[in-house]
Amino acid sequence: MITRPYAAAKNRLSIGDKMMDVNWGLVLLIALLASAGFAMLYSVAGGHFSPWATPQIIRFIAGCFILVAVAMIDIRIWMSLAYPAYALALLLLVAVVVAGHSGLGAQRWINLGGVDLQPSELMKVSLVLALARFLHGKSVEEVSRPLSLGIAMAMIGIPAIFVVLQPNLGTTLIIVADGCALLFLAGLSWYWITPALAAVATAVPLAWRFVLHDYQKARVMTFLDPDSDALGAGWNITQAKIAIGSGGLSGKGFLNGTQSRLNFLPEKQTDFIFTNFGEEFGFVGSVALLILFAVVIGYGLQIAMAARSQFGRLLAMGVTLNFFFYIMINGLMVMGLIPVVGIPMPLLSYGGTAMLTVMFGFGLLMSVHVHRQVEIPRHSGGII
Amino acid sequence: MPVFDKKDKSRYETFTRRTVAAGGGMTAIFAVLAGRLYQLQIRDGDEYMTQAEDNRVSERLLAPPRGRILDRFGVELANNKRNYRVLLVAEQARGGVRQALDTIGEVISLSETQKKRVLQTIAQNKKLVPVPVAENLSWEEFSRINLHLPYLPGVQPDVGETRAYPFQSELSHVLGYVAAVSPEDKKSEDDQLLDIPGYRIGKRGIEKQLDSDVRGEAGNARVEVNAFGRVIRELGHDPGQPGKDVWLTIDRDLQRFTAERLGQESAACVVTDITTGDVLALASTPGFDPNEFNTGISLDLWKTLTENDHKPLLNKALSGTYPPGSTFKPIVALAAVDAGIATPDYRVHCSGKITFGGHDFHCWRKEGHGSLDLKGGIKNSCDVFFYETARRVGIDKIETAARKMGLGAPTGIEMPGEKSGLVPSRAWKQKTYKATWQQGDTLNVGIGQGYVTVTPLQLAQEVTRIASGKAVSPRLVHMVGGNVMHRETAPPLDFSEEAFAQLRAGMIATTNEPGGSAYPWRITEPGFEMAGKTGTAQVRVFTREEHQRGITKNENLDWKMRDHALFIGFAPIENPKYAIVCVIEHGATVAHVQVQMARDILLYAQKRDPLAMPTAYPVKAAENTTNKKGG
Repeated sequence: MITRPYAAAKNRLSIGDKMMDVNWGLVLLIALLASAGFAMLYSVAGGHFSPWATPQIIRFIAGCFILVAVAMIDIRIWMSLAYPAYALALLLLVAVVVAGHSGLGAQRWINLGGVDLQPSELMKVSLVLALARFLHGKSVEEVSRPLSLGIAMAMIGIPAIFVVLQPNLGTTLIIVADGCALLFLAGLSWYWITPALAAVATAVPLAWRFVLHDYQKARVMTFLDPDSDALGAGWNITQAKIAIGSGGLSGKGFLNGTQSRLNFLPEKQTDFIFTNFGEEFGFVGSVALLILFAVVIGYGLQIAMAARSQFGRLLAMGVTLNFFFYIMINGLMVMGLIPVVGIPMPLLSYGGTAMLTVMFGFGLLMSVHVHRQVEIPRHSGGII
Repeated sequence: MPVFDKKDKSRYETFTRRTVAAGGGMTAIFAVLAGRLYQLQIRDGDEYMTQAEDNRVSERLLAPPRGRILDRFGVELANNKRNYRVLLVAEQARGGVRQALDTIGEVISLSETQKKRVLQTIAQNKKLVPVPVAENLSWEEFSRINLHLPYLPGVQPDVGETRAYPFQSELSHVLGYVAAVSPEDKKSEDDQLLDIPGYRIGKRGIEKQLDSDVRGEAGNARVEVNAFGRVIRELGHDPGQPGKDVWLTIDRDLQRFTAERLGQESAACVVTDITTGDVLALASTPGFDPNEFNTGISLDLWKTLTENDHKPLLNKALSGTYPPGSTFKPIVALAAVDAGIATPDYRVHCSGKITFGGHDFHCWRKEGHGSLDLKGGIKNSCDVFFYETARRVGIDKIETAARKMGLGAPTGIEMPGEKSGLVPSRAWKQKTYKATWQQGDTLNVGIGQGYVTVTPLQLAQEVTRIASGKAVSPRLVHMVGGNVMHRETAPPLDFSEEAFAQLRAGMIATTNEPGGSAYPWRITEPGFEMAGKTGTAQVRVFTREEHQRGITKNENLDWKMRDHALFIGFAPIENPKYAIVCVIEHGATVAHVQVQMARDILLYAQKRDPLAMPTAYPVKAAENTTNKKGG
């Protein structure tokens, strides 16, 4: 049946065994995608490493160490850390929201000893960990019981409320999507899923009326008709489409993109980095990039299905789906298919927290891979 | 305890099934993204490419270098020099244009008028067009601007070109000047060059006459701009067509001498080449410094120029009209010979006055000249001789002769603003005054008074024609952009050579025989002698009472009331080369200053002899080949 490599066969693995077992092909793939990001940051800076490419490279290297370090840690340890991590993230989130009412508008950062930390990013990983642990103990029938479902919904809903209060619509969407996806994978009954989808369909107009901020509404409105305000709020969408579209089949060539480099695009180095890629490498390059992303996700699915513990499976899928949601929302956004919500393209966009959390996520995925043969009893709470 | 039970198996199966479903969903989303990329990049790619190009490329008009103006020996009379200037892009000026100007004013001096002018220009242009704030800065001022640049958003230091006139006022009336484009200029022509802020066009003189040639054609720079309109780099550069160089017939040395010799008198002087009509010097004093107009003349200076009674802005050589006085007498003499009246034994007796129609017509010499032949009449400038001769010839023949000699019509010189003067006729008087021509009118015309008026340039043409016997016309431009201006060889005039010989003899006697009206101011150096004819043009008619009080002496009158002093001449007397006219407004004195000036200038011209020097005109390649073939 399942062929067990010599290392995985053992219940306790040495560091050396684990290092041998890391899926280095996946790491290489990730490095390849990150390098595409470095090239774009170099390009949008007008052919310079500063101010974006160099810090990004340093962060990626740091991220690689985090990835390997996280992968070395037994998933049972991660399992036992899941609830404390969730509690800490929630605490920081509350702190940010409370401290944020100082009239600065969007408050998303907390300064911990000189390092800016985004608790909402922390929450994404913690929620996946916590939900995976919670659902690990539940059979298919148990998942659909009102009490279990209620607890799970609360685990998703409470942080979601605080993130939306920040306000940060994009991250809220991802948190909710991650949580719901895990419930779905854990076997939630269609008797719950169908009415829930109907409820979402009704909730959207209500959210529009009571929850969304004016600037968020404006984003939606200009998305629906960018030309109505082509030089104002519709500017982003119009210019992003021009940038991607003008790439044509094979693109303008590396460093020959003009749209993003000439400041026609705001956020050219963060959320809109993909437009520069589309402009310089065209349809061929962009599709190749999407295929690379898809292959990474394919690895994620394969790792998830190969894991022997439900916690590992849910964790791997949670991380993979989180990665996917980023790509999806950012891709749809820069191509003008959904409103601008401020979600970066993973591995490509400039930004410290995003890079480190993505690499941390890959570390968890890799940990599941390395510890795929580890079996965890349904009622176990991990090692500690 | 079993690690793996039935419940686990069921949920693992569910997990795998749903994971595969999620994989399918993700694949669908990737397909949507790829489809959208296809839509944007392949289907609509061309359209977006055009939009991207529009986004980043902006065309900037470039002013081509203005053609130079050179004299016959290649001396640059008008050229272009570096112009350190400060431009302001209104769009980028933080805190508004007014604020930006005030900040600039703290770095370099900027008058309130300048600021107003900039605000006006900015209002007329697009917000992203750089508008000049200050021009022709000194290097020090320019450096200061560059130093303060970080604190001056929207300010662009720029090195352009500006018109320069190295000889200042010396050639002011020949060259004219360039100045800012007025709204009327923009209406009258649609050259896109006029839209460049700070562009200058020719407003007077050659600069105006040949503006379209020296201007050249607009070039453009295709520049890459960012979303704020700031230029990132230049993509393409078409310098346009540089303006054509203009080669004048002027000899700058003779011009300088002439202008200096006229000094501050309100005067005009033209020196021509008798064979070709080439104008070697053309001066009208006082002049102005054309450089002042280029940089934007101050209101005070403009007032001084317009209110000066010596009219520095008027080119008196071709825009000033004067009664020719006795300089008209050669025309009457010519008509008389042509009509067969002044035969070799034709004589008129001058008793000091002649009575006609109940009026006394006085000669300038009360005691009279006695019996005079044609030569004597010219030499003494005897009024009675010409009253009588004019009466006998009649106005019709005088008019014909005057017109043949080029009076009464513009000479056609390549300059704007030329006046035609007036040669009166019976028909003209009938039409203008609804009155018939009187014999008395003819008599007045006979001594160059009455209705007849001329420009100094017409007198120059007249004397050139007398000296050459040919229908020579003055001209100023030899070449434009390598093309020699076409010019027909002057045909002989329709008068007998004998008639001209008599005229010349009279004019030679005027300056070279004792008793001649200009004898005291003759050229005494052998071989350089000049011939000439003086003239005094009355500005007003004296009343009987004034005659009695004896204040007809010019020196006793207000400057404005004094007679004009004129002189036409040529030299040398054998095979004449140089012709001259010299007119001093209200300058008639017993010292005949205008004759002294003409004498000095003619002597200088002959000694320098620019006509004997090889010109520096570029030889056309085409002509070269023809010459080689011919040789």
